[in-house]
Amino acid sequence: MAKREVPEINSSSMADIAFMLLIFFLVATTMDIDTGLARMLPPPAPPDIDNKAPLVQEKNIFVVLINKNDQLLVEGRPIELDFLKDQCKEFLQKTDQPNFPDSETKEISLIGRFPVSKGVVSLQNDRGTTYGRYIEVQNALVAAYNEVRDELSMEKFGRKFDELSEESQKAIKEAIPQRISEAEPKRIGGK
Amino acid sequence: MVTTVMRENELKIKITLPQATEVKKLEKKSLVSYIYVGEPRPMYAAKFGSEPRIQLNDAISDLVDIRDFIASEREARDEAEVPFMTASLKVDENTKMGIVSDIKQSLRDAQALKINYSTRKGTKK
Repeated sequence: MAKREVPEINSSSMADIAFMLLIFFLVATTMDIDTGLARMLPPPAPPDIDNKAPLVQEKNIFVVLINKNDQLLVEGRPIELDFLKDQCKEFLQKTDQPNFPDSETKEISLIGRFPVSKGVVSLQNDRGTTYGRYIEVQNALVAAYNEVRDELSMEKFGRKFDELSEESQKAIKEAIPQRISEAEPKRIGGK
Repeated sequence: MVTTVMRENELKIKITLPQATEVKKLEKKSLVSYIYVGEPRPMYAAKFGSEPRIQLNDAISDLVDIRDFIASEREARDEAEVPFMTASLKVDENTKMGIVSDIKQSLRDAQALKINYSTRKGTKK
């Protein structure tokens, strides 16, 4: 009996096809992920409201001013940007001490009674401030909030804020509300 | 690596985004409207000058156009999705805050309160 040869598929073009596919997907992949700092604007003020700001005690406000030369004035003292985050953190964490904000003890689910700081960060810039500087300052303030939240999450749940379940995140957010208020800019630096 | 970027529209202005570390990813791209601010590119400088300008879609626009822009963006979306719409501000880092504040004010007036300052992801110092 004659030996039957096993038929083989010609696979010499397999590599070509694989490379074509590879190159096609390499080129057609979009990697354009948009990132940024998310913010909520305050709703427009009703026209009949009187322009008095709600009374907030001075020690409850962390005042950050940026002038038209991009210099920072924090709580009445000029400082460098590098120190802003730590100073803001200190403001958020210390409560009921002289010169630090008051607190209000609230019952929060999953955490229990927690002294919630009444502190508000107030940011005011000039119309001449550059946008890059403004973002740097915003970033430092958000970083301060995130670190304070992370530390509380570690203490209460043993994990970082981003890794928590939605309910725990909500509890942490309630314990440390992000209050950044932006005042209308000044008109010293022109357009 | 070279990859394709689907361009939403052609930029007539120069933008270098500022850097930030505490960035969040922008979700649901279909619900994002982009507002660009920066100096016009050299080829458009003769027409639009060298001061920072606002670009909405394909055209250099003025502040008053933002209201209509937001309205038309809303019209294009489903009504249930309107509260989740975000305005992404892509602003050159050397722009003065004056123009940005004006934009924020018109967005407030137009009830588009969810905004996002577009930044590059920087490294932690």
